[in-house]
Amino acid sequence: MKILVPISKAPDTTSKIAFTDGDSKFNEEGIQWIVNPYDEWYALVRALELVEAGGGTVTVINVGDATSEPVIRKALALGANEAVRVDVNPTDSYVIAKEIAAYAADKGFDLVLLGKETISYNGSEVGGMLAEFMNLPFISLASKLEVTGGTATLDRTTEGGTEVVEVKMPFVASAAKGMAEQRIPNMRGIMAARTKPLTVVAASGAAAKTAYVKYGLPAPKSAVKLVDPENMDELVRLLHEEAKSI
Amino acid sequence: MSVLIVVDTKNGEVKKSSLEAAQYGVNVAAALGGEAVALSLNASNAEVLGTVGVKKVLNVTDASVSASDPQKVVAAIVAAANQIGAKVVVFAHDSTGKAVAPRLSAKSGAGLVTNVTSLPDTSNGFVVSKNVFSGKAHAQVNILSDEKIVSILPNAFGVKAGEGSATVESFSVDVSGINSGITVKEVKGGNSKVVPLPEAELVVSAGRGLKGPENWGMIEEMAEILGATTACSRPVADIGWRPHHEHVGQTGVAIRPNLYIAIGISGAIQHLAGVNGSKVIVVINKDPEAPFFKAADYGVVGDAFEVVPRLNEAFRKFKAANG
Repeated sequence: MKILVPISKAPDTTSKIAFTDGDSKFNEEGIQWIVNPYDEWYALVRALELVEAGGGTVTVINVGDATSEPVIRKALALGANEAVRVDVNPTDSYVIAKEIAAYAADKGFDLVLLGKETISYNGSEVGGMLAEFMNLPFISLASKLEVTGGTATLDRTTEGGTEVVEVKMPFVASAAKGMAEQRIPNMRGIMAARTKPLTVVAASGAAAKTAYVKYGLPAPKSAVKLVDPENMDELVRLLHEEAKSI
Repeated sequence: MSVLIVVDTKNGEVKKSSLEAAQYGVNVAAALGGEAVALSLNASNAEVLGTVGVKKVLNVTDASVSASDPQKVVAAIVAAANQIGAKVVVFAHDSTGKAVAPRLSAKSGAGLVTNVTSLPDTSNGFVVSKNVFSGKAHAQVNILSDEKIVSILPNAFGVKAGEGSATVESFSVDVSGINSGITVKEVKGGNSKVVPLPEAELVVSAGRGLKGPENWGMIEEMAEILGATTACSRPVADIGWRPHHEHVGQTGVAIRPNLYIAIGISGAIQHLAGVNGSKVIVVINKDPEAPFFKAADYGVVGDAFEVVPRLNEAFRKFKAANG
């Protein structure tokens, strides 16, 4: 089975978020970059498990400049066989999906598996766009993926429920929590990653459909009002009369 | 400029998130000086969209046109958008919006912004606000293409339903040529009465401070008294005390309820990212240094095993007095 796993780089989950250049750009100073957790913990690990069980290869692909390479090596250290970087600034999801589709068009992947969203831009857009560009079925928010022969069974998460769906390969799926468990790369993996192929390809020149104009931070919270733990009637009163939330 | 609102259903009834999207679409149409038309998927109560100002609904009555098979929904949207000359398509950023809106964007070339929290500012382009960095920040995004798609963050606007009823027309679309090969084998848990987390207005959540899954009785009791939905922190889901779908936070579900009660959760930055859209936050923790108190509106420093039963009693008394 040939699996393609698109990965994004994202700021570490403990990062302090700040902006620069008149709030028009994310401030990257001091930011530790990681593989977007949904791409790594769920999509990549599940892809590796499928290949370990049934044979095949896992290719990771990133749309981004050379600063993405450390996180691409991390994906290789976890066990991906090869990596591709499309050398362009990923201005929006449309560009990312179009560039990945342009690369993948003639490669015969059986499965494209990626995280349900990034923790930075929270778009949940690339998977569905990619499926449309590649003219493949799309299963979103999958928390489980099993493959038997050329057919896959997935759990698709909906509000308050789960749909069990069956689909023939090839297809695109976005991975949610539950699909796999996070792995830590071992020393052998890290050493091997240094010599695994990381191919840089030129972009096809897709144009963005959206532009980020300005960023801002939420207004700071006012100080907490402490309530006596012996007097929960008072908390209920405040929630009703002051906060009007019950 | 006409606006098309995509309305999905659950067990035949218009989803709450879709009703909110419909209200948003009506406001966008009013600002642009156009008509708002809803496209509902197999709705039995589509006239309810009138309560948020929709005058006309095109209702698809073909069970195969569902979010499980996004290509068919996209075909229906394209047909309806052409019929009314829509320039803007509005979704709720729920499981349906996530499955369908990106496909529509790629097919039509219309720019898409998801997680939207504001009406468009058309003074210089078509700029909407959205949440980024898992709620730690927001961004203003301009949609550059002529046709635009916005997918709104559930609970960002709230629904202010009034009087009014919409005219519902049956809308047929030929999807016989679309064979995506997706088959739905089983639907689990879809009939639950519990409000799903992304739509919930009241959420009661607990973490490692509860010491073990056997102690969740009092949390479920509080949820039942309030009609709230239960949630949990990541460590609790990871060690299997609670199901994964209850995990709220940066790598779990992001929520925006009116009231979030967090019990025995320290408030790691990743957890806060998923809940800081809550309008009111109550934190109960025995550690006065817990970082969560900095993000809270009301705090109780005390042992959950003493405070929660007392609070449940107080809620019960309040409910008995206020109905």
